Amino acid sequence: MIPSAFDYARPSTVQEAVRILSEAGEDAKVLAGGQSLIPVLRLRLAAPSLLVDLGGIAELRGVSESGDELVIGAMTRHADILRDPLVARYAPLLAQATATVADRQVRHLGTIGGSLSHADPAGDLPSVSLALDAVMTIAGPAGERSVPASEFFVDYLTTAMQPGEVLVAVRVPKREGWGTHYEKFNRVAQAWALVGVAAAVRRENGSIAEARVALTNMGTTPLRATAVEQALAGALASADAIASAAASAAEGTSPSSDVSASAEYRTHLAKVLTRRAVAAAGGIDAA
Amino acid sequence: MPRISLTVDGVRYDDDVEPRTLLVHHLRERLGKVGTVVGCDTSNCGACTVLMSGEAVKSCTVLAVQADGADITTVEGLAGPDGKLHPVQQAFHDRHALQCGFCTPGMIMAAVDLLAENPDPTDEEIREGLEGNLCRCTGYQNIVRAVRDAAAAMRSAAAPQESVPIGGGA
Repeated sequence: MIPSAFDYARPSTVQEAVRILSEAGEDAKVLAGGQSLIPVLRLRLAAPSLLVDLGGIAELRGVSESGDELVIGAMTRHADILRDPLVARYAPLLAQATATVADRQVRHLGTIGGSLSHADPAGDLPSVSLALDAVMTIAGPAGERSVPASEFFVDYLTTAMQPGEVLVAVRVPKREGWGTHYEKFNRVAQAWALVGVAAAVRRENGSIAEARVALTNMGTTPLRATAVEQALAGALASADAIASAAASAAEGTSPSSDVSASAEYRTHLAKVLTRRAVAAAGGIDAA
Repeated sequence: MPRISLTVDGVRYDDDVEPRTLLVHHLRERLGKVGTVVGCDTSNCGACTVLMSGEAVKSCTVLAVQADGADITTVEGLAGPDGKLHPVQQAFHDRHALQCGFCTPGMIMAAVDLLAENPDPTDEEIREGLEGNLCRCTGYQNIVRAVRDAAAAMRSAAAPQESVPIGGGA
């Protein structure tokens, strides 16, 4: 099928994009790389009257450093993230998870900002942004505002952004001295994660000083596994301590049952994958 | 209607397009590039893969307006002007890397893209690299062999030509 008809705008600045979106109201959609939106349009699950294509806004592309943060332009493509030396150095978790997104063709067009704004709970990057304590920079008619990842994902396919707003950058604290790992479980090539776990661990002497653990596809939004994080803080960096903490990975989650997996199976996966992700992040043999 | 300019297989085309026109439909229906096929409705199968500014994309998941200004290579643009097949096409032929052939244009374009980034992939890297392309005739074994052969052929063609001493001179 082909999408139903829409008008098309290709602004060259963020300011212009915000102006067009504000005037158009709720019936306009932002087009980033299109790798989620175009399939939705083609299946006619959405029929916006106007698409505002951010592809012509050069300022939205690329990765830079600003003090203790990486600033990743929202239109930076997955393929660019995979090749970026700053991401490799300061946020390797993001690169590792991005490498598992869909397939090469999709990664050549899909963007980090599009993926986060789409807010699919089965998407890999929302949970990674949570585990990295990323902060979203959002531009709107009243100027820019910052929203932490923990407040950005509101519900299924829903973020804290209002009509007329555009995600312009993802700011990621540089994580030096942390080990990280993304553990994704899916059954076939290019499939969505049945469950995924993003983990970041900072070790001190023989212990785990701090941990961040976030879950993909265990509810209508990505979720922090706070019970696991609390159990890990100050725990011995051992396989037993990790297994014991990972047992509470599904606490407070509400996974769905669908054709790919039951809620019970997802609950089981969350615990197993959390154990593996934390052990790998901490450089601990989980045997 | 927006006017777009594309270079497709070395030829420039300027056309007015409806914003909702998918690149694959523009290629097939307006420009007659029917070598690029549509195999699914869900962005999964990869049969419509073309190179856009040198990188593989699924042309069913790109609006023609998004491609404005781009240089597109389809499977029809791979062979040389004399009709000599591209090494990947030749290897698919030699290795019988197809049965029904419907996935072949996309498989070939995805393989060309993969080999541009990784000229000497392992079998596993080939399988990972082609994960965006589905073959429903279970032809993957021969496809992997063909890509491996093509990689070797392209590497040896790219290697600097060593002067071969004739007559065993010292």
